[in-house]
Amino acid sequence: MELDKKELGATHYKESALKEGKLLSLAKQPKLQYAWDNGPAIGRYLEELKEGRIIARKCNKCRRIMIPPRMFCELCWRPTDEWVYVKDTGKVNTFSICYVNWDASRIKKGDKPHLPAVIEIDGASEGMGILHVLGEVEPEKIKIGMKVKAAWKKPEEREGAITDILYFKPVRG
Amino acid sequence: MREKVAIAGIGYTAFTSVSPGSSYRELTYEAAVKAYDEAGIEPKDVDSFICTSEDFLEGYSISDEYCNDQLGAVLKPAQTIPGDFIHSLAVGMMHVLTERFDIVVVQALSKASNMKTIPEMINFALDPVLNRPLDITAYMVAGLEMNRFLAEERATRKQCAAVVVKNKANALLNPVAAYGARVSIDHVLDSEPIAEPVCLLDVAPYADGAVVMVLCSEKLAPSLSDRPVWINGVGWSSDSPTLESREWTDAVAVRLAGDMAYKMAGIACPAKDVDLAEVNDEISFKELQHLEALRLFDPGQAGKATEDGRTSPGGTLPVNVSGGGLGVGHLFECSGAQKVLELVLQLRGEAGERQVSDASVGLAQAWRGIPSTSAAVAILSN
Repeated sequence: MELDKKELGATHYKESALKEGKLLSLAKQPKLQYAWDNGPAIGRYLEELKEGRIIARKCNKCRRIMIPPRMFCELCWRPTDEWVYVKDTGKVNTFSICYVNWDASRIKKGDKPHLPAVIEIDGASEGMGILHVLGEVEPEKIKIGMKVKAAWKKPEEREGAITDILYFKPVRG
Repeated sequence: MREKVAIAGIGYTAFTSVSPGSSYRELTYEAAVKAYDEAGIEPKDVDSFICTSEDFLEGYSISDEYCNDQLGAVLKPAQTIPGDFIHSLAVGMMHVLTERFDIVVVQALSKASNMKTIPEMINFALDPVLNRPLDITAYMVAGLEMNRFLAEERATRKQCAAVVVKNKANALLNPVAAYGARVSIDHVLDSEPIAEPVCLLDVAPYADGAVVMVLCSEKLAPSLSDRPVWINGVGWSSDSPTLESREWTDAVAVRLAGDMAYKMAGIACPAKDVDLAEVNDEISFKELQHLEALRLFDPGQAGKATEDGRTSPGGTLPVNVSGGGLGVGHLFECSGAQKVLELVLQLRGEAGERQVSDASVGLAQAWRGIPSTSAAVAILSN
């Protein structure tokens, strides 16, 4: 193995040493599988997404209409009270234009950047909504406060998942 | 400095093999609501929250963040201990002892049914360079440990099986235990071999459940509870992780954790002073090894005592009256919580059909499971 000894006793190796098998390396693909029980709140939320609807839970003490729905109000510390349908429209609370993928690799040249956004949903309490992505929009035209609407998958393609909404797109007019 | 810390409220779910109707959120919420109700408090009264959670087991990175909502701990001082509940209990006790926190909440949860590749997850506790390439699994480590224990004539194979028979029978009287059963020594010995001498029935099966407890200062205790249970001592210790050179016969870390807790609790003669014990029995022989490490029996004597019924309900030292891990279920980081919970119920005289008479001092011991050597002990009294 070629080793370059430098000052301070540090041992450096060249990346080529790893590629050429001159360094001991071990590779094992971990098999880590989880199956999270959704519980009544998120379970119902996902079932409703499959029907093309967005549902929230209301706390009758603080009056908040909360999405994602929860069976208890974490602020009032009591069970929530009612199911409430909210709209599939809202406004952009915050967004980012991202040029890296989930694994930190750069997007391919010419590909569109990722457009994650937090959407405050109409009918839910202020500041509550959905983390999703934006579509059918030029990145430079996105503004905080912009009105958007859900673009749904076709009913037969929906599976009860957050991805049953393809993206949120600007409301025209 | 304050001397005593009280457990002023407990809340828990049933321990079950699956819990498909609830997410981890609703499980902890159920336990928390009950615990706060018992102590007559609300989350706003709590000065510090301590959760027990291990990212690998939950399937969330920084699972700390996912503990708060269901405890009412949002925007409050909260922290997470990646150990056993008894480690968290020790931290909670220290918080109260500083006199900066009067009311502290401690939580633990198991959602084992959501972990679909448990053997793979446990194998990640083995050294990746020296152990994993040999396809050594954690269950093999259990076999190595038990074989050495038996070879040193510390117990017979039948005495280990007697632990399973006792604990599964005890669990039949515990309404929240998942694995109560009437089994015989032969059932255990004839069950499917896993890693000899460990057989299927020697291993505690997994269970789900949540436990929340409210701790408070001695001064506040009378206003929160008319039957406080006191934490008199806590201790914890870990041996080397090195499988190649660790002590295989004795649970040295358990002994040191026990000695630390005894010293704090002022217990000079554990075998005489402890009235009942809930010790880790994740693998049958572990109960015997742990009882001896905790000086509750002389080396080589715990197995005989089990055979003679001395650790059964009504014996001189009832052990795992709740059913233990073998009868209640293996709850991962919530395992110690189930043991402390049983002590609280017993010391309050609320254990129903399985009540131990005249119980005034109890010991709970947790072990972090194969292949670890990490242990924690708590001594409680009424």
